[in-house]
Amino acid sequence: MLTYQSIAELIEAAEKEGEKLSRLVLRDQAEQMELSEEELYKRMEESFDVMCEAVRKGQDKNQRSTSGLTGGEGYKMKRYSEETDGGLSGSFMTRAMSRALAVSGCNASMGRIVATPTAGSCGIMPGCLVSLYEDRGFSKKEIVMSMFTAAAFGMVIAHRACIAGAQGGCQAECGSASGMVAASMVELSGGTPKQCADACAIAIGNQLGLVCDPVAGLVEIPCIKRNVSGIMIAFSAADMALSGIASEIPVDECIDSMGEVGRSLPASLRETALGGLASTPTGIRLKEQVFGKQEAGN
Amino acid sequence: MNVFDIIGPIMIGPSSSHTAGAVRLGRVANKVMNNEKPVEVKIELSGSFAHTYKGHGTDRALMAGIMGYHSYSEEIRDALQIAKDRGIHYEFIPTDIPGAHPNTARMHIKGEHGTTCVVEGASIGGGNIRVDYLNGMRVDFTGERNTILVMHYDKPGLIAAVTNLMAEKYRDVNIGNFRLSRPVKGGEAVMTIEIDGMPPKGMIEDMRQIKDVTNVILIRAI
Repeated sequence: MLTYQSIAELIEAAEKEGEKLSRLVLRDQAEQMELSEEELYKRMEESFDVMCEAVRKGQDKNQRSTSGLTGGEGYKMKRYSEETDGGLSGSFMTRAMSRALAVSGCNASMGRIVATPTAGSCGIMPGCLVSLYEDRGFSKKEIVMSMFTAAAFGMVIAHRACIAGAQGGCQAECGSASGMVAASMVELSGGTPKQCADACAIAIGNQLGLVCDPVAGLVEIPCIKRNVSGIMIAFSAADMALSGIASEIPVDECIDSMGEVGRSLPASLRETALGGLASTPTGIRLKEQVFGKQEAGN
Repeated sequence: MNVFDIIGPIMIGPSSSHTAGAVRLGRVANKVMNNEKPVEVKIELSGSFAHTYKGHGTDRALMAGIMGYHSYSEEIRDALQIAKDRGIHYEFIPTDIPGAHPNTARMHIKGEHGTTCVVEGASIGGGNIRVDYLNGMRVDFTGERNTILVMHYDKPGLIAAVTNLMAEKYRDVNIGNFRLSRPVKGGEAVMTIEIDGMPPKGMIEDMRQIKDVTNVILIRAI
């Protein structure tokens, strides 16, 4: 059985058995949870279906958040992508951005999402995987299987560091999500287990220190846009790893470092809405707009 | 921890602690009411809940849970309207419960047949909850494991009756934690029993048949 204490353990097991990480993880989890592989696959598939549905809902022109602070971002980016033939980043990437915005917006408007690993970073995995599914012709089966790899990486991150903004800042939520999905995209593209680990290491390393500073304490500003940065980092990390660029710092050490940085962040930058963008004059004004003036400073 | 703790839960946004956890707290109250339709709901909100409940939809989430919806039910968004349509009178009261967790709610519920209950608990992050009090009695469970609440009248031999039933008829059940709360001798009391795995079919029903047991509630693990 796997312990999910280190990614080195996962890579070693996959290399030894000559198997994909996702296969290994599915088999192990079925054993540990005392369920059949088919049942686990079905449950994961259901999560992927929810992601696809959240993309569709969040791209609605009239999508607005419960607080009224945000809305319509997924729609705007989709329209821009179509009207400008892909804008600056190209059609594939701008469409992926639209999906990340849409899912994150769906979350802000009390729609149904999959926490991956949390609600704050719920747009990153669908932004990447739904794009590979809808625009790059990967089969649903391949995509759903790759989510087991992402999950295994996430379990190691949760064990060694953390996945909650209140504990480790945004690097623990969006950083973890990017690292997880980067690994799964490398596996989907035919990369080795070691390259999956490199992609995760690069993605986490590139978001190290990112603080959690939600305006008014709401999962909207800057969270929704950070989901877009999250997918850009995930794609670039996966491409780097696939091109043969390795991470000099091994992934487990990157994760430990993320945990360490998280512990050294002041409380004001860990989801308390007391620092960063949340405590800017505009951030405070927006908070007053939603919750009323008497709450300012709380 | 398993893969679905990382890819999941499937939930209604925007926040696992302010929305998903709040629904689960509400669901505890729903189970305590044992299918009796609520007519009056008064919810005290403390700490962060008191300040931010509207923007996070915590009010809708708690009401949705009280009405029996799940943390993945899309009805959460419209829960306050649904409550109105069902003739449930509700009220949210921002307050300060001294010493309570920052995300604490105390729910006072009255049912159509006059049953009342008070559930106090906190959303402690990631959709996890901790239930602190039930009808003023300390219960203190997290819902990480399947939890059985045995509401009963404090009578000699009752703990033995419950645990003997488990030991003799349902031998595979392993108790991970047990707590008895009994504010007044001979009065209303509650056993909090956390078990490994799911309770076998029939066990909850059998427990309900024990004399002086008034209700048995199963709170499933996340």
